[in-house]
Amino acid sequence: MATFGSAPLPPEAAHPSHLSTASIAKLVPRHSAVVRVTHWITALCFFALLVTGTEILLSHPRFYWGETGTVLTTPLFQLPIPSSRRLVPTGYNYVLPDQNGWSRALHFQAAWIAVLTGLLYAISGLLTKHFRKDLVPSKADLSWRVLWNSFLKPVRFRRPNAAEASSYNGLQRLTYLLVIFVLFPLVIWSGLAMSLAFASVFPWSVSLLGGRQSARTIHFFVSVALGLFLLVHVFMVSLAGFSTRTRAMITGRAATHKG
Amino acid sequence: MIDISRRKLIVSGLAATAGASGLAGAARLARKYGLVPPDHGGIYGLGETLTYASQRLLMRHSLAREFPRSRISPRPFPNELAPLTEDFKRLQAGGFADWRLSIDGMVYQPASFSIADLKSYPSRSQITEIACEEGWSYIAEWIGVPLSHVLQLVGVHPEARYVVYVSMEPDTWDSIDMADALHPQTFLCYGMNGSELPVAHGGPIRMRLPRQIGYKNKKFITHLTVTNNLNRFGKGLGCVDAEYGYAWYAGI
Repeated sequence: MATFGSAPLPPEAAHPSHLSTASIAKLVPRHSAVVRVTHWITALCFFALLVTGTEILLSHPRFYWGETGTVLTTPLFQLPIPSSRRLVPTGYNYVLPDQNGWSRALHFQAAWIAVLTGLLYAISGLLTKHFRKDLVPSKADLSWRVLWNSFLKPVRFRRPNAAEASSYNGLQRLTYLLVIFVLFPLVIWSGLAMSLAFASVFPWSVSLLGGRQSARTIHFFVSVALGLFLLVHVFMVSLAGFSTRTRAMITGRAATHKG
Repeated sequence: MIDISRRKLIVSGLAATAGASGLAGAARLARKYGLVPPDHGGIYGLGETLTYASQRLLMRHSLAREFPRSRISPRPFPNELAPLTEDFKRLQAGGFADWRLSIDGMVYQPASFSIADLKSYPSRSQITEIACEEGWSYIAEWIGVPLSHVLQLVGVHPEARYVVYVSMEPDTWDSIDMADALHPQTFLCYGMNGSELPVAHGGPIRMRLPRQIGYKNKKFITHLTVTNNLNRFGKGLGCVDAEYGYAWYAGI
C-alpha cells in the first residue's frame, strides 16, 4: 500500500509552483514510474496503430469470415466508405490515394514497441503486485448494484469525489483487466495470425480464430472495442479533472484535498 | 528521498548503459547473421529489422500452410494489371514460345531457359493461400519448378545472399534472401489450378512465395540475378516497392 494513497504526504512546500491556488491541496503518490512511462508509450503507439490501421482498412473496407475472401466473394459486411483501390466496389466514384506503404511500416513498428512495452508493464505489474492491489476488484466491488451505480454515475455526468478519484471502482477495475488481459492479447494474436510467416510456424494461431479472414475481422472488432475504450477513458479522465489526472500520469503525483 | 533518487539514478544509468551496449552488440550480431533487411534505414528501419530478424530466427525452414484440394477458391481474384507492353503482347501472340528466363550474377553457369525448359524439370504443386497487403486472400493450386532446382542447375556461389528477380512489367523488380530462394515452396510458377498460369495471374512465369505477402509474388519474370550486394540495384533498398514505402520483407 506504500505507494498508493496512504504513503506519507510530501510537504506541500516542496512543490509550491504546482499549487499556487489550492493551499489545502496535497500531492499524493498516484502512479508508479513504470505505469507512467508505459502508459504514454502505449498511448503514442495506440494512436499510431489506430490511424495506420484505419488507413490500411481503406484499401479493402470489406470483411469476411473463414479463410479467404476477395471482391469476387460475398462479404460478411462492407463499411460504407470509399476505398484507396479502384477494384473495390464502394458506390463512390472516386478512389482515395494509396498510403499503405508507410501505414504498414508504422503499424508494425508501433506494434513492436507496444508489445515490448506491454511485456514490461505486465511483468512489472505482476512483480510489484500492481494488478492484485490496484486492478483486481474486491468481492464487495462486484455486487451488481455497486457496479450499476458505478456505471450510472459517469453516465449522468457526475464527477467522482476525491476519494473515488484516488482509486478505481469495481467497474473500472474490470474494464482495465478486460483491456489488459483480453483485448490487447486478442488484438496481438489476431494481428500475428495475419502474418503468413508467423502462420507457417504456428498454423493453429489461424485455425483457432476460424481462418485468415476471420482473424482480420476479429482484429477489426477488437480494434473498434479498444477505440471505444479510449473514448470512455478520456471521458472519465475529463470527468475526474483532466489536468489533475493527466498531471498525475506524468509526474506520478495527484493533487488532492486532505479529507 | 535523496537516497532513493540516487539509487534510482544509478540503476537507470546502468540499465541505459547495458541497453545501449546490448543494442550495439545485437546490431553487430544481426549484421553478421544476415538479419538486417536492405531497407533498414529511415524512421521505420527499427520495425522492419525487428520483424525480419525475428521471423528469420523463428521461421527459416517453416512451411506455409497447405490446404486440401476442396478448399481451392472457386474464383481466384486477378488483381489490377498495368497495361501490357508491346513486347509482352508479341510474346503472348507466339504462345510464349520465345519467352526467356535468364540467370546471371554469382552463378557458375549463367543460363537462359524457355518455358518448355522449365516445364521439363520436376514439376511441383502446392495448394496455398495468396494474401494481398490490402486484406483479401484466396487459395489456389500453384504449379511450377522450385527456384532452388533452377539455382542448383546454374550453381550458386557460396557467398551469394540474395536473388534479384525482374519482371517484364516496366520498373518492376524485387529480391529475396537465400533462405527464401532455397525454400521448398518458392516456385517459378507456370501453372494454376491444373492449367497454364493465366496472364491475369502473372503467366507465363510468376514468382510464388507463399510465406510472403502478394506483392512479393511478382508477375512476368524474365530475369534473375544472384548477388551478395543489393546496393547496385535501384536505390539499394532491395526492391522497387521499397522506393515507394513498401517493406522489402513482407512476411507480415
